[in-house]
Amino acid sequence: MNELIFLINKVLISGTVLGSIYALGAVGITLIFGILRFAHFAHGDMMTMGAFITFVLASIAAGLGIVAPVPLAIVVLPLAMALAAMMALGIDRGFYAPLRARGAKPVTLLIASIGVTLMIQGLIRLFAGVQNRSFYEGTAKQVFRIDVPFFGATRPIVFTEPQVWMMGLAIVAVLALHMFLTRSRLGKAMRAMADNADLAQVSGINTQLVVRVTWLIAGTLACLAGTMLALDVSLKPDLAFNIILPIFAAAIVGGLGQSYGAIAGGFVVGFAETMSVFNWAILLRPFRGSLPEWVPNDLSIVPTEYKLTVAFVILVIVLLVRPTGIFKGASS
Amino acid sequence: MIRRALSLYLGLFVLILVVGTFMGAPFTVRLCVEAAAYSLIALGLNIQWGYGGLFNFGVMGFLMVGGFAVTFISMPVNMDFWSSEGPFLLFRVLLAAGVGAGLVMGANRLHRLGASARWHRTAQVGAWILAYIIYRSQIDPAAAYIEAEAGYVGGLGLPVLLGWIFGGVLAAGIAYIIGKICLGLRTDYLAIATIGISEIIRALIKNMDWLTRGTLTVSPVPWPVPKPQDLQELGMETAASFIYARGAYLIVVILVVLVVLFLIQRAYGGPWGRMMRAIRDNHIAAASMGKNVKARQIEIFVFGSVLIGIGGAILTSFSQILDPGGYQPIHHTFLIWVMVIVGGAGNNFGAIFGGVFIFIVWSLSANVSQAMFVSLSGMFESWGWGAIPDVESRSLQMRVFVLGLVITLALRYTPQGLIPEVIRRHGDEETKKATPKQA
Repeated sequence: MNELIFLINKVLISGTVLGSIYALGAVGITLIFGILRFAHFAHGDMMTMGAFITFVLASIAAGLGIVAPVPLAIVVLPLAMALAAMMALGIDRGFYAPLRARGAKPVTLLIASIGVTLMIQGLIRLFAGVQNRSFYEGTAKQVFRIDVPFFGATRPIVFTEPQVWMMGLAIVAVLALHMFLTRSRLGKAMRAMADNADLAQVSGINTQLVVRVTWLIAGTLACLAGTMLALDVSLKPDLAFNIILPIFAAAIVGGLGQSYGAIAGGFVVGFAETMSVFNWAILLRPFRGSLPEWVPNDLSIVPTEYKLTVAFVILVIVLLVRPTGIFKGASS
Repeated sequence: MIRRALSLYLGLFVLILVVGTFMGAPFTVRLCVEAAAYSLIALGLNIQWGYGGLFNFGVMGFLMVGGFAVTFISMPVNMDFWSSEGPFLLFRVLLAAGVGAGLVMGANRLHRLGASARWHRTAQVGAWILAYIIYRSQIDPAAAYIEAEAGYVGGLGLPVLLGWIFGGVLAAGIAYIIGKICLGLRTDYLAIATIGISEIIRALIKNMDWLTRGTLTVSPVPWPVPKPQDLQELGMETAASFIYARGAYLIVVILVVLVVLFLIQRAYGGPWGRMMRAIRDNHIAAASMGKNVKARQIEIFVFGSVLIGIGGAILTSFSQILDPGGYQPIHHTFLIWVMVIVGGAGNNFGAIFGGVFIFIVWSLSANVSQAMFVSLSGMFESWGWGAIPDVESRSLQMRVFVLGLVITLALRYTPQGLIPEVIRRHGDEETKKATPKQA
């Protein structure tokens, strides 16, 4: 039975964790794509930037001697999210809005977003250096162990405190976004504009406002996702640059422009990654004696070094079989 | 326009002379060789982006493919490998791959035998899974055996120039597959797919130790011309040997660039180039005129990738080392985009200018930004703020920021680049002058 526990720890929990981070990132990308029609490559670095804002605020809070029953990062998170949202708005004002005003093609905006990526990356490394940091410098991460006293299992199910926060906050964020998009006037305007921008404008929707709100939401979610990732692993400057590819894969798998699709896509990619690097031979261990010799000890689908390729293979399959994504997304 | 280009090139020449006076001739010749190779790569990207309007954010992957190709072709033969069981095991891997490919192809043809759509799809999925299992069952032991017995497969000991050509061929093959999958879909997909492919190529070359030695790196990769060490053995002084050997290499690279420039300049002016620009500017109109848009786009994507692959091979054999850890998207993809955007997309002379100019500025900026930050740190210290911690590694990051700033500013203020594309229209003065000659 320990083998099954191992499966839960390695696949179910890590898959959920990874999936929620991908989902939060992919929602931001897909919202921006739906409204502004360009692939925003700087999103990964907006996540890193958000994580660093949280880190700085948490350090300041620790310096002021603030003590809380939850990690300080969670306490300062709302403030960090607000700051990150303002920064996202500022980036749009500074770099994308002038191009849009000139009537530049989405392609040009995409290249500009690469420029923004490099700028954010350079600035972060310039000010924060290149080393890894941890939110848990002095204190230890709280680890929850749940014993499962069935069928002779001796190992507990293990997960850490930030992982619990992450899943909880991801659910809250998704629900809030859902309420916003379906119940509020602005959210409905956003969906209308994603469907048909010209029609939305002639119907009297303030498209400028919708664009601003989109950036605010994207910045907020990016900050949340980045902070969660940094809490779970560690904070390094190239944190998000490495996961921008799976996030894009998630957004495309879900159908670009579809918020719910992006959430589904995030979990699909997250679980696919953890499942493909899991060594399935472990599950066969109890039957080791009765199995023939030739069954190898390593039955992982891909070696761990190639984890990155999994997201991409899924992306290619989706592009080939259903180019619009699982939920029918924008395609032109 | 021509006057502007000429004055820019003159400025570039003066810049190289100034660099030569301050940094010494051996350094400058090295800089020129690399700059020439980068201008070839910029030409490749210019074909894809400038002529065809296609994204390629996977330049790094194609450079690595070129580097691997030249290493594989030109490194001396590894007798340890050929005298071991390795070749036999690899033959079995090849056989397994062949069987797998056969299975997949067979499943793809199943509908011709009258299988229903659902059966066809199931068979396809099954064939892929089976092919993967067969392949993995052979490659894993073979890789482990070769790594343990012989280190890696070694090279073929063939001439370097053949390696450069092979770099182009290999890059073409990969570009064809990417094009087949992604062209014809939205342009954003191509951007993401190329980034993905380049990361996968990096992961493969880094981890396939049996083929590339991975992070252990392969060196020294041979040159097509005598190396400085060879000249020193003949009794030449150190400095002079570097200048002459690198100078000879430079001549070879410049010859390659000139031949390529001549060919693609002809292609740009000819019907093929006109068709490509028509597809770039309005692919719907071009398709309605009977042009096969997807096939033509694959064609141009492959052509551009060939040049990038050759450029990567030239760079690797010049640096004499294949180091998968040394490839970074910033340096090997985005820098080249800056070259093309700043130089002028769609204009070959612009791309070459951008390649040489941006590369020289980028190479020198390491020293400049370090000097700037060290003096800044000293200033802070004298003000009593304390020095900047690890100033050396941080100052280099300033370059990344400036690179990003240059991209965004160039897109905003000079979207056409320094030497813009010359768009000739019927009725222009230039065309009127040119018409009698053509007639």
